[in-house]
Amino acid sequence: MASKPRTLFEKIWDEHVIERRDDGTCLIFIDRHLVHEVTSPQAFEALRLNGRTVRHPELTLAVPDHNLPTTARIDAQGNRVPIADIESRDQLAALERNAPAFGVRYFGATAREQGIVHVVGPEQGFSLPGTTIVCGDSHTAAHGGVGALAFGIGTSEVEHVLATQTLLLREWKSMEVRVEGELGPGVSSKDLILHIIGAIGTAGATGHAIEYRGKVFEDMSVESRLTVCNMSIEGGARAGMIAPDETTFAYLKGRPFAPKGAEWDQAVAYWRTLHTDPGARFDKTVTIQAADVEPTVTWGTSPEDTVAIGGVVPDPASFADPSKQKAAQASLDYMGLAPGQRMDAVEVQNVFIGSCTNSRIEDLRAAADVLRGRHKAPGVKWAIVVPGSGLVKEQAEAEGLDKVFTEAGLEWREPGCSACLGMNPDKVPPGERCASTSNRNFVGRQGPGARTHLVSPAMAAAAAVTGRLTDVRELV
Amino acid sequence: MEPVREVEGRAIPFGLKNVDTDVIIPARWLKTVTREGLGRGAFETVREDPANVFDQPEFAGAPILIAGDNFGCGSSREHAAWALLDLGVRAVIAPSFSDIFSGNAFKNGILTVALPQAAVDRLLEVATTDPITIDLEHQTVTTPFQDRFTFEIDPFRKHCLLGGLDEVALTLARDSQIAAYEARLAADRPWLARGTAVPA
Repeated sequence: MASKPRTLFEKIWDEHVIERRDDGTCLIFIDRHLVHEVTSPQAFEALRLNGRTVRHPELTLAVPDHNLPTTARIDAQGNRVPIADIESRDQLAALERNAPAFGVRYFGATAREQGIVHVVGPEQGFSLPGTTIVCGDSHTAAHGGVGALAFGIGTSEVEHVLATQTLLLREWKSMEVRVEGELGPGVSSKDLILHIIGAIGTAGATGHAIEYRGKVFEDMSVESRLTVCNMSIEGGARAGMIAPDETTFAYLKGRPFAPKGAEWDQAVAYWRTLHTDPGARFDKTVTIQAADVEPTVTWGTSPEDTVAIGGVVPDPASFADPSKQKAAQASLDYMGLAPGQRMDAVEVQNVFIGSCTNSRIEDLRAAADVLRGRHKAPGVKWAIVVPGSGLVKEQAEAEGLDKVFTEAGLEWREPGCSACLGMNPDKVPPGERCASTSNRNFVGRQGPGARTHLVSPAMAAAAAVTGRLTDVRELV
Repeated sequence: MEPVREVEGRAIPFGLKNVDTDVIIPARWLKTVTREGLGRGAFETVREDPANVFDQPEFAGAPILIAGDNFGCGSSREHAAWALLDLGVRAVIAPSFSDIFSGNAFKNGILTVALPQAAVDRLLEVATTDPITIDLEHQTVTTPFQDRFTFEIDPFRKHCLLGGLDEVALTLARDSQIAAYEARLAADRPWLARGTAVPA
């Protein structure tokens, strides 16, 4: 019997169903669980209180990232530098205790493998095509860049996965985001995903798993795919994915936790079946023309508030929905912007290059290409580059990128989530603007009163050079 | 989890759309290793305005919150649900919710009630002066003015909420089914089952 054509999402989902209940809820097996310090302490504590263990420590990987300061972690005497913030220190200490106590592999603060959990997973070959991957962090969708079904979960679900290696879920709907044509020169994967979120809105994909399809994605590096999938949640989707292909296999081969030898061949043979069948139906399709995508920035306090760098701040009255009008006005008040203002005239005092969206080697190269031989503008008070992992940092240093950054007046830091969210010492001062390669421009996200403009790494570098939001194509 | 049958009382008429988890509980409050005490940080930026609705005396301890579309978008932080609980909120009414937030709310016994915008607008009006009743068993929201709105809820979630069931214990009772899946995985895809235990 010929089987019904299925989407990539349906194939991965079906493969992981342990039990399908009458009410449609499925018990799903989870192949990979990434754990960080913020959303896990209460989960480990609950295991302890109930006398439960971690069912599959070998399918679990723990790494601290959110709270870690990005300044030196080892002093001149070779001792670990204590963390000044007591609550951060306690939360980090809890993970450092819990991981070994429950038999979970742990890359600690001073390990060269340490980094942002969503950079570490693919880099270590822990995140693999066709797997279900979860983490107590909404940007887990990133791992869809290697063709996985990856999604963020809350702490109760972290506890559930630790104890049972499963989750009870209702199958999501499928959504195709089809991009036609090719991106223009100087337009990056970050510009594309910002443009997509602007087009579909922050709730445009709620209840759906997105598959990104089209030549643009086929031509992309795995790192760019990770950037695209990373921000799926900003469009409301729990998961976003791109079918694995030769590019994916070449990226994963030889990584520490990737299959080896004959098992590698078995794995690749299976991975080659992971694509949407011709004739498979999506519940929803959105089509985007790549030629419409310009280097993109945000003007407001929601990731859907995007505009091309050559554009202007919109008038709240221009939105049809009255509640969006109100939200847009509140955004402009917070951002200190007025309708009609040119985006490329907006001055920034801070630049942040990093986060799980844009801290991989390709991102750092793109920023360095703009900064090479240039210097940050006098109006830019604080500009930092935060590599996504210790291994990214080593690679960047081997290529001399750290020198490019420091010679341009930017700081070169240790890996972590840094200024993406106000949980560690890297914060943007109240009322100041930041050109940021992170993923959220929410009120207070980068620190109380901080004003965030989301951009690509090259655009952040361009803003550092000119001191204002700038079309990077003018500098290359 | 305590069983949930009915939530009755004053409702905070917040009404805002796209309320993200950074608004519900800013990141600096996420450094806790317990679930308690997060009410102090709940809606911190909103509450900087002395005229904010949360700190009006008539809404102190109100068990219901009414919001706009896409409530709880953004981060997966369950701290958002814990902060609402600590504030005394046991149910949120909105036209729609983010997936992760509604899951987190459910795990903590907070009802997320999705109603059409027109119904939400009517409840926002009632909430300024009068209490609201949510009946989970009958899936209704009612007011003292004979308003009656029905809502949908996932049957499994309803069952768990009414019974106050521990989902981990329910799943652990399916051990033989999980074990059978694991055995198949280890046989068919040993490379996948190895995880971090790969040979060098």
